Amino acid sequence: MDPLLVLAQALNGIQFGVMLFLMAAGLTLVFGIMNLINLAHGSFYMVGAYAAAATFQTTGSFLAASIAGIGAGAAVGLAVEIAVFRRLYARDHLDQVLATFGLILFFNEMVRIIWGSTALYATVPAFLAGQVEILPGAPYPAYRLAIIAVGLAVAALLYLLVGKTRLGMLIRAGAADRVMLGALGVNVKILYTLVFGLGAALAALAGLMAGPIFTVEAGMGENVLILAFVVIVIGGIGSIRGAFVAALLVGFVDTMGRAFLRPLLATVMTNAAADNAGPALASMLIYLMMAAVLFFRPRGLFPPRTR
Amino acid sequence: MPPDNPVSARGLITFAVIVVLALLPPATAALGIGFYVDIFTRIMIFAIAALSLDIILGYGGMVSFGHAAFLGIGAYSVGILAFYGVDNGFLQFGVAILASAVVALFIGFVSLRTSGIYFIMITLAFAQMIYFLSISINTYGGDNGLNIDRHSEFTRFIDLNDANTLYYLVFAVLVLFLLLGRRLVASRFGMVIRGAKSNERRMEAVGFPVLRYRLAAFVIAGAMGGVAGALLANQDLFVSPSIMQWTRSGEILMMVILGGMGTLVGPIFGAVVFLVLETALSDVTGHWQAIMGPILVLVVLFARDGIFGLLSHRCAESRRG
Amino acid sequence: MNKRLAAVVAAFVLAASPAFAADTVKIGFITTLSGPAGIIGKHMKDAADLALKELHGKIGGLNAAIVYGDDQFKPDVGRQVAEEMLKRDQVNFITGIIWSNVLLAIRQPVLRSGAILISANAGPHELAGPLCAPNFFSTSWQNDETPEAMGQYMTQHKISDVYLMAPNYAAGHDMITGFKRYFKGKVVAEVYTNLGQSDYQAEISNIRAAKPKAVFVFLPGGMGIQFLKQYAQSGLRGQIPLYSVFTADETTLPAIGGAADGNYEAGFWNYDFDNAANKKFVADFRRDYGYIPSYYAAQSYDAIKLIDSAVRAVHGNLKDAKGIIAAMNKADFASIRGPFRYNTNHFPIENFYLFKIVKTPDGGYARKTESVIFRDHKDAYYSECHMTM
Repeated sequence: MDPLLVLAQALNGIQFGVMLFLMAAGLTLVFGIMNLINLAHGSFYMVGAYAAAATFQTTGSFLAASIAGIGAGAAVGLAVEIAVFRRLYARDHLDQVLATFGLILFFNEMVRIIWGSTALYATVPAFLAGQVEILPGAPYPAYRLAIIAVGLAVAALLYLLVGKTRLGMLIRAGAADRVMLGALGVNVKILYTLVFGLGAALAALAGLMAGPIFTVEAGMGENVLILAFVVIVIGGIGSIRGAFVAALLVGFVDTMGRAFLRPLLATVMTNAAADNAGPALASMLIYLMMAAVLFFRPRGLFPPRTR
Repeated sequence: MPPDNPVSARGLITFAVIVVLALLPPATAALGIGFYVDIFTRIMIFAIAALSLDIILGYGGMVSFGHAAFLGIGAYSVGILAFYGVDNGFLQFGVAILASAVVALFIGFVSLRTSGIYFIMITLAFAQMIYFLSISINTYGGDNGLNIDRHSEFTRFIDLNDANTLYYLVFAVLVLFLLLGRRLVASRFGMVIRGAKSNERRMEAVGFPVLRYRLAAFVIAGAMGGVAGALLANQDLFVSPSIMQWTRSGEILMMVILGGMGTLVGPIFGAVVFLVLETALSDVTGHWQAIMGPILVLVVLFARDGIFGLLSHRCAESRRG
Repeated sequence: MNKRLAAVVAAFVLAASPAFAADTVKIGFITTLSGPAGIIGKHMKDAADLALKELHGKIGGLNAAIVYGDDQFKPDVGRQVAEEMLKRDQVNFITGIIWSNVLLAIRQPVLRSGAILISANAGPHELAGPLCAPNFFSTSWQNDETPEAMGQYMTQHKISDVYLMAPNYAAGHDMITGFKRYFKGKVVAEVYTNLGQSDYQAEISNIRAAKPKAVFVFLPGGMGIQFLKQYAQSGLRGQIPLYSVFTADETTLPAIGGAADGNYEAGFWNYDFDNAANKKFVADFRRDYGYIPSYYAAQSYDAIKLIDSAVRAVHGNLKDAKGIIAAMNKADFASIRGPFRYNTNHFPIENFYLFKIVKTPDGGYARKTESVIFRDHKDAYYSECHMTM
């Protein structure tokens, strides 16, 4: 096996992981701070992608599209927070799962009503359309490098925000004991709304960046949503650090599995059998990994020390 | 003034439901709309699935997002045996129950050590794995599905080719599971499960091995789901992996909630409402999910006890006043 | 036309009829109208409505109604919809049907009821072979034929090795099987991806490392959009030619755009065919709906026209099942693909062509017909069909 290919695939895995992190960060933030399971997180991702693609089509400006994407995602997130989620904070997880499941159905149809059933055209901006020769003989799409850069920047920013700012301190306090926080005079309601908006904006950012390389269609959020949940479950709910590590792990394992599992299996079984077993096993790999992690660490790899 | 007695209001409604379902075939035949028997057979099958989920969800507090997998296992048990020429219903259903129970035992053993969202995710993960596995196996059709040539044979007196016979078989199973479920939740076993739902630590402190009880409940629910799947295979004479997608599990969850969680009869209402609503709405517009979604949200927010809850309170009120 | 409208039309017809009640031809149309795959259902419904409009709402001279049903991309729902159409709406014909698994699920109840089943897309090999039936017809193709054409083209043009990729489900395997039946070169690799997979960077890296002369893929819907965009972004588009089937077509090209420029596809029909029936169809379709029709639309249009020709041939006598079947077999109508005739298994014998994705004058991208690959091609399974009609 070509070592250069292995390196290239490893890079692919890391990049996929960073994309997952963007999605998972918002999810684990909201879940960790507000103890809210939000299946509609994928819908914010979708709204971000649609708003950005539609804006790009009319204005041709990537900057305008990005602003529109994040803005739309945050706006929809805030609207939903006020209308629906405020009533769900006090409810148990099952209610939250079901209500947000209903929201998924609603948002998926709304984008189809507004933009039709055809997928939207979304492309990478011209200045990022080329390839960069990271490894000799293996040109890498420039846009994906940009995604890695943005993802790492977001990770750093979140780390600073949660760990080093006053707002972050409030967030961590709220996660530990929100009743006490309210008793100390902090407006917990506003705090929640802010955090929720931040989570939605992160999802929208992931969506608008994913649009050019993935398909902008109704239901695009669900696939990524499941992966994001796998990530935060493995990482430990409420832990940004856990989400980062788990996202890279999931991205890496999934990519390497798809790249090398079939050839590896072909060394121990017939080609035809490997053709069947390889893809089947590759599709199950991350779920197996999650089950294994939960078996030994039922609360994930880095469960935050709260409650 | 007689005290508010929701329990017997519930009993009344339950009895009414059973009577209506029992009389449906002759009634629709008389009205010339006999094809509704097929529609309601399907509704009852999903009611059985929802009922089995309610046992672990409503009473046990275990939110399983993988319940549709057991329907699939039950359906494929019938399908695969029929593929090899085995038409004996007792054998097919026996295998369906056994296979579902064994898989439930395995999934439960791994998953029940976790709780909350972790439990949801891990049940979802297992369901996805089973789904992907069934798509990959080409021998039994993969995602093209498997056609079943003959119905299950239960002695030569029961001919499932007749729509009414199939209807009454499903009806009998529904009533049986309703009664079984009743006994189960009222028994000591059921008390432990329900106690553990509200305060697990206390149950453990009293001395009950909660994990074992939960696992048993999970296996029972899985086996019941398998029976629903076997009945579905008989109704469709066709089985495909699509029945096991995680969104189907979500639909069964919706039926339990819409109807009324933790009531056993509620899921029947839930199945009726969900499936009827789905058909009616999709006739009106291709965008029916834009209406279905908000309905679900509203039910969760404001009508938490589901339809059965609403009905039994109304009934109790009217009896009181 | 939806169910409500159909009922009203029927009521009017019955109320206004003279001494003997005029029959209404009821056609059940099963397709996917919800979810992301709903785009295909939209193409098909628009085309069927257009066909009926051209016929002034009449099939074979009788008043007609199309009853649409949504299979939600699930075979068991499709089956339920079919049963309702047969029992409640009492349709005489059932058509549409995008997916092979839905077709296989509804086959038994529809054929047993005596209604005529016309697939306007799905073509699983079982129905071309052992499970063929007198009252089943196709206005599309057998699934393997399109990849067979691509395999034939690549062999004829001496492309010595190829990298194959398809999703890991029944249709994916069928496409690869069909391709390999006619491709005589070397298969560098045969890769099956996850159904619904979004990120193909791993597969693209493998392709680059393998350095094949060409790549052949089958990735319908959103999967194709993603793969083609990523393939172009990796810089492989100009370097390793990409051939596909059912991947870059009028339902997906609006989203793919320039990323598919210069790629190749194969098929039996394209919107730029210049026979009279097709010119009218495409012009009217673009006028009424504002977009270029896909082959899904063309196949559905033909299905309605075919039904019309058959009912016309038996002078509206819907009870003459044998006559209708014989008339359908004759296929005496002007098809959008040109001359139309049926094989013994009721699948069309038709030509297959190579298309290239090119930029159109209005800035979009579409398929341009380049050359003929097969003339009067028959599928590989008709000899397994043992019916006498």
